[in-house]
Amino acid sequence: MSNSILKVKNLNVELGREKVIEDLSFEVKEGDVLTILGPNGAGKTVLLKTLSGVLPYRGEIEWQKEVKIGYVPQRLPFIKETPMSVEEFFELKGSSKKEIEKTLNSVGFKNNFLNKNVGKLSSGQFQRILIAWALIGNPDVLLFDEPTTGIDIGGEETIYALLAKLKEERNLTILLVTHDLSVVFKFSNSVICLNKCPICQGIPKEVLSSETLHKLYGEEVKFYEHHKH
Amino acid sequence: MEQFLLSLAAGIFIGGVAGYLGTLMLSKKMALVAGPLGHLTLPGIALALIYGFDISLGAFPFVILGIILIWLLEIKTKLPMEALTAVVFASGVAIAFLFLPIEQAETALVGDITKVSLSEALVTTILCFLVFFIIKKIYSRMVLINISEDLAKIEKINVKKYNFFYLGAIAIIVALGVKMVGGLLTAALIAIPVCAARNLSKNLFQYVFLATSFGAISAFLGILLFKFTDFPAGPLIIIISASIFLMSMIFKKGT
Repeated sequence: MSNSILKVKNLNVELGREKVIEDLSFEVKEGDVLTILGPNGAGKTVLLKTLSGVLPYRGEIEWQKEVKIGYVPQRLPFIKETPMSVEEFFELKGSSKKEIEKTLNSVGFKNNFLNKNVGKLSSGQFQRILIAWALIGNPDVLLFDEPTTGIDIGGEETIYALLAKLKEERNLTILLVTHDLSVVFKFSNSVICLNKCPICQGIPKEVLSSETLHKLYGEEVKFYEHHKH
Repeated sequence: MEQFLLSLAAGIFIGGVAGYLGTLMLSKKMALVAGPLGHLTLPGIALALIYGFDISLGAFPFVILGIILIWLLEIKTKLPMEALTAVVFASGVAIAFLFLPIEQAETALVGDITKVSLSEALVTTILCFLVFFIIKKIYSRMVLINISEDLAKIEKINVKKYNFFYLGAIAIIVALGVKMVGGLLTAALIAIPVCAARNLSKNLFQYVFLATSFGAISAFLGILLFKFTDFPAGPLIIIISASIFLMSMIFKKGT
């Protein structure tokens, strides 16, 4: 049995007066890939932010001691307002040039990428830069918030291939927010369906059925059975 | 001649540091905030002119008041920043004109750096260096906070502490800025060099270097032009700055 890296008990999060997450409990083991699935406004991003310690909450969030967390945000709209090279963006985190180069290489960029203007990158490139940024400092856990829109066509497949590769190389535990059901089946070994309160939890092929998804999204969802491996 | 050199030195320092600070303020529309802050200082400037003390000194408490207003508006309400501009602009100007001696209105509105005394120039220089080092110290963290407060918090950056120093730097520069270009033009002093720099920069280093240079050069040329034309220095500085911006637009097209 692998060790537990995160235990969440009776988590409640309110933003303003609105309850965004109600009574959520789950556990994540080292090396798990946990998907958080749910419709827009279900509290998925809020959950990731709460877990990374940015938002106030009630209940218990217990990370393994001295765990390091890397956070990949959905997008950073304000970054285009300041001219900045890729290297300068990484320097904000205080990283050395050597570490920046190494990390850029591991997400598939060559060193000449250092001088590129961050604001001029394509959305797919920028997402990989955000992943690399989160990997600086060798985190044990990666929290990945998938953007709903704006990723280059064909880009998503490679992002999940990349995450799978990074997980193997770096022994990562990954918590990710996605809308893509195929990602849930292919990539994760555990799923939480969230629509403010938890709707289902467990191993994807056991808990994800048409009924649970119907309950989750409140409407007919195109659902394709995954292929058995 | 000595007077001219003093005003030139004070002007260059204020202009340069205002440009540097502006690079942090342009994102998230904070540069617009310098507008209402400048306008709000008008009653303070009026008091300083009536009782004959330093304009920056008169302006400073009003800048602090303005910053508290911004903070309240940001944190306690969801009103847009434009609302602040409208409310504060009108109130500042209205109150100032209740008791501002009309013959000194020009100094209040568009500033006058050309009569700066030796002690004023010294204090200005020291304050400019102080603000320069504060900005340099908080710079990369502030950039990250501007990009995403969440990421900054995850990096364990004390956002409140950095914002405090940041707003403090803004307060000092606005108070110094009103002496040079007056309550009406301070926002331009901070925003225009930065806009020009952004047009021409591909990275942060160029951005900071150009904004600081454009700020200092505008002040230098503006005060120099004042010497030859006798037009007020404040507006000349801003017009030079705006011309640099126009040229940056042309060069931007070329790149």
